[in-house]
Amino acid sequence: MSAAKNISQVDEGLKSELQKSGIFVTTLEGLYNWGRRSSIWPLQFGLACCAIEMIATACARYDIDRFGAGLFRPSPRQADLMIVSGTVTKKMTPQVVRLYNQMPEPKYVITMGACSISGGPFKDGYNVLKGIDRYIPVDVHLPGCPPRPEALLHGLMKLQEKIDSQQIEKMEWYQKGLKREFPVPEFGPNGLNPPYNPDVFQPQQHREITVG
Amino acid sequence: MKTPTEIKQDIETKFPGTQLTLEGSSLVIPKEQWSEIAKFLKNTPEYSFDFLSSVTGVDYKEYLEVVYHLYSMEKKEGPLTIKVRTDCEQSLVPSVTPIWRSAEFQEREAYDLVGIHFTGHPDLRRILMWEGFQHHPLRKDYVQDEQDRPVEQF
Amino acid sequence: MDYTLKETPTLETQMLEVSLGPQHPSTHGVFRMDVILDGETIVKLKPVMGYLHRNHEKLAENMTSYLASMPYTDRLDYICSMTNNFAYALAVEKLANLEVPERAQYIRIIMAELTRLVNHTLLIGFLLNDLGAFFTPVLYAFREREKILDLFEDVAGSRMMCNYFRFGGLKIDVTSDFIPRVRQIINKYPKFLDEFEKLLSENEILMARCQNVGVLPKELAISAGVTGPMLRASGVPYDIRKVDGYSIYNRFKFRVPIGEKGDVYDRYYMRLLEMRESIKILDQAIREIPDGEYISKVGAAGARAPRTFKPPKGDAYGRIEAPKGELGFYLVSDGTTKPYRYHVRSSSFINLTILEDMCLGHKIADAIVILGSIDIVLGEVDR
Repeated sequence: MSAAKNISQVDEGLKSELQKSGIFVTTLEGLYNWGRRSSIWPLQFGLACCAIEMIATACARYDIDRFGAGLFRPSPRQADLMIVSGTVTKKMTPQVVRLYNQMPEPKYVITMGACSISGGPFKDGYNVLKGIDRYIPVDVHLPGCPPRPEALLHGLMKLQEKIDSQQIEKMEWYQKGLKREFPVPEFGPNGLNPPYNPDVFQPQQHREITVG
Repeated sequence: MKTPTEIKQDIETKFPGTQLTLEGSSLVIPKEQWSEIAKFLKNTPEYSFDFLSSVTGVDYKEYLEVVYHLYSMEKKEGPLTIKVRTDCEQSLVPSVTPIWRSAEFQEREAYDLVGIHFTGHPDLRRILMWEGFQHHPLRKDYVQDEQDRPVEQF
Repeated sequence: MDYTLKETPTLETQMLEVSLGPQHPSTHGVFRMDVILDGETIVKLKPVMGYLHRNHEKLAENMTSYLASMPYTDRLDYICSMTNNFAYALAVEKLANLEVPERAQYIRIIMAELTRLVNHTLLIGFLLNDLGAFFTPVLYAFREREKILDLFEDVAGSRMMCNYFRFGGLKIDVTSDFIPRVRQIINKYPKFLDEFEKLLSENEILMARCQNVGVLPKELAISAGVTGPMLRASGVPYDIRKVDGYSIYNRFKFRVPIGEKGDVYDRYYMRLLEMRESIKILDQAIREIPDGEYISKVGAAGARAPRTFKPPKGDAYGRIEAPKGELGFYLVSDGTTKPYRYHVRSSSFINLTILEDMCLGHKIADAIVILGSIDIVLGEVDR
């Protein structure tokens, strides 16, 4: 999707005239999106090894604070971004979905690392969920095992571009009377129940490949 | 440290009538006498095996086995490997948690993943999988729910 | 144990059940504790784990070869990946009777001691994070860690998940500027440790909150199978590097610090002293390292074609002194290319047995500090 910049509908010549007198012109949407993308507060939610790289990103060498995202909140009620870093197991999935439901809109999800995208190296395990995008919608996928801190910053910049291109009238979370809640899966005798959420995820259809 | 052969002879003299076998360097002890032999190994001063390092449950297809590795912290000796066998359906093995406290979580794990029941354990319930899970995953005949591809394929 | 509420003439109180749930800022990962409180005092505590159970043991039985599980051992204790590889390589070498050349042994020990430095520095950072010094000690700790991780990246290709050890040696020899860089690190490290000590060890808040909290008596520690710095802080002189003398540790001169009381302060101080001993070992190792092969012939053949590596039938248990305690691998081989049973004895899992005993009678804020001092990593607890 193309990233929209803070464009205003005003003529360029008039803009530069006004700037000389100290008046800056922009659209309401541009200002609103600029405020939102420059202060994304992540939820402190590290599951496994990728969490250590996330903490390293927040430390002195790779400093995520210069992007405005340095304030990790412990409570989901105060966070806008959930960085799912690490393997999501079937035992942990109901808690992840519950946490996602508790975050207020607008909210975003970055899946960091191969394990939360699709199960990763542990894909054949009996307790491993093959990707958290079976239950909640994901905005940015970030491959790597673990992704370097620079890769996490790149993912954050991509998310910022996505936020820039969102428009207030068309976004569903800004409509009246919206109540969006994703169903929480339950523990079954040999797996989770339901195995995936049909509104969010469709499994790949396996095709038989014949030769000749 | 005494060799496993000498330990075997000592146990056979102290508990007459037990049938021990020696496989490699590990002792195979029948499960009925395991509790008393464990107390003997811990309390006699010339052995003083006071540190139970590891408890593992293994599924050989005809029988289930529990493998213990014992060390002595006081004398800085070890290891002594002990194997206790039981059958597959009604697998009951006496628990050594009253003797060595470190067996508490490890026996719960062997129960959860392999399905061996330990009699005398203070709190035997699942530790790694959730409570409603109905199978024992580390057995060789366990089939996963909803696999993308059969596991032996690669 | 029966517990009766305190009798107060005017107030009627009840016990409160709280779940310090899997998502919590101070449990080190996804770990849950169910506590029953009387006011703020803990009456009962049950740990619940399994939220990161990634089926490592079952996967290893189905992998194509023994070598294919080596990258998975990196992810067990994800802060110290080199020592996990070391333990696995040692267990397989015991099973298959492989020899390791001299130079490889020295490099293995250098990597293990560097990992010990990383782990103990991070632990002190996170322990202080739990005490309430919000993020500053973590920043200091990560600054030092980054320097060591640069070294790992140059040698093994990756910062954290190194996958560097092979059966019979190492994957590749170290670069030519490796030894001068290690020397640079160990020249500056004592100064950093002095800085830490000046800021932390005599600090009033640390001493008031950590002394006499979470005392672990000696007999309980031995019976509960506790190993590592936690055991030594309770006064038991047991260090697997000295007892087993695996690899070539018996050539190095170093001391093993022993504590007295076994409270949280002793455990914290134990790690500071152990870091100084690690620097001594590194110093000796860099001076004595010989030239030579970095992998034996049999090992190189096995690394080139992993599916031909078939150890003889039997079982083996190999253990090392990992930074957190005793890490052991129990392998059963049936003569084929895959292990029949593969079990990991991890120290974090077993050290949690006495969490309840140490926390009873303390306040709930102390429970967080005690958990931090046990030094758990959830990848090892749940495997």
